[in-house]
Formats: sequence, structure tokens, C-alpha cells
Amino acid sequence: MLFGRVRGTAVCTIKYPDMKGMKLLVVEPLDRKLKPAGPLQVAVDVVQAGPGDLCVMVRSREAALALREHTFVPVDLALVGIVDELKVRPDGEFDFTLKEGYQRYT
Amino acid sequence: MILGKVVGTVVTTISHPHYDNRRLLVVQPLTLPGDAAEGDFIAVDNTHAGIGDTVLVNREGNGARQALNLPDGCIISVIVGIVDSVHLPSLK
Repeated sequence: MLFGRVRGTAVCTIKYPDMKGMKLLVVEPLDRKLKPAGPLQVAVDVVQAGPGDLCVMVRSREAALALREHTFVPVDLALVGIVDELKVRPDGEFDFTLKEGYQRYT
Repeated sequence: MILGKVVGTVVTTISHPHYDNRRLLVVQPLTLPGDAAEGDFIAVDNTHAGIGDTVLVNREGNGARQALNLPDGCIISVIVGIVDSVHLPSLK
């Protein structure tokens, strides 16, 4: 799952029939520092997110599973949560590189 | 699975029912020195991991559904283990 900022809405009249009644939001994937991490994409909204909300998104088959009725719809991005609080440690605190030899973590 | 380090926590009150009373943690994958850093992502915590823990993360939906015992769960990344130590004889 990943972070996403809702940037707008999309309306589709001619689309895959089973996708009728699905709210489409234009979202921008973000990284943990809330910087843009990809192009704008369209996601199906399941949690009634509004413009400007920071959300949790899920991709691939799980996005279609997140919809209320599990029809086989061609959906690959869904908003599954609205972030209320985000606590992230600053960058320099942890070392993300694997080291040679025996490395103990706990 | 991949090796990652927990760097943050996410709190969502309004979320999909499958995410109810499950903790969401921000994980940054570990990489070899010299490789490009991979993007961070959000994972559901299944082993009470905290910030700073090095964890094992399953990033495939089917495995996640089995780990969380949700037959049709919409969760991809699940933390399935807390790593005690890693032994890499050579990085080549």
C-alpha cells in the first residue's frame, strides 16, 4: 500500500459496465516525506475521500477486492483509508544498507 | 519477502473494514550499498513491530490474505517477521 493525495475527481460515462456508480478520484502517489512519487492516476474511492485528503491506496488485484461487491472489475488502484496522523522518523536516523558479514538487529 | 526497516506509523480512523484495528507502519526496504534506494511503502503490522525494527515483509496479496486470515482481504503488504540478524558472507 502507499500514500496518495487526492488532487481532483474524474467522471466517466462510457466505461466498463460493472464500474457503474464507482467514485473516481484523481490521486498523486506520495512517498513517506509526502513528496510526489509518480504521475497522477485515477483511483476508485471506497472511503469517501475528498479533494486534498492524504489517503492510503492499494494496487493490483487487491484494489478490486476492496470494492463493496467483489465483481470482476478492471480496477487496479483503490483508496482504502484516510490518513489522520503520520509519524515518520527523520532520514538520518536509520541505516538502510545491508552490510557484509554478520549483522545483528535486535 | 523483503527486508525492510520500520520508519513510521500511520493512523487512519476512516478506512476499509479489513483495516480495522490493524496497525499500519511505514517501511523502507533495505538495499545493498551502492544500489539505488527503493521507494517506501505502507504495511500492515502482524507481529507487533515498532519503529526502528528490521522486519520481513510479504508484498504479495495472496500471502498477505493467508497471513491475516482474510479470505478476500484487500491488503498487499504484511509484516510477517522481525529480523534478529542477517549474515551475508559476501556482498558480490
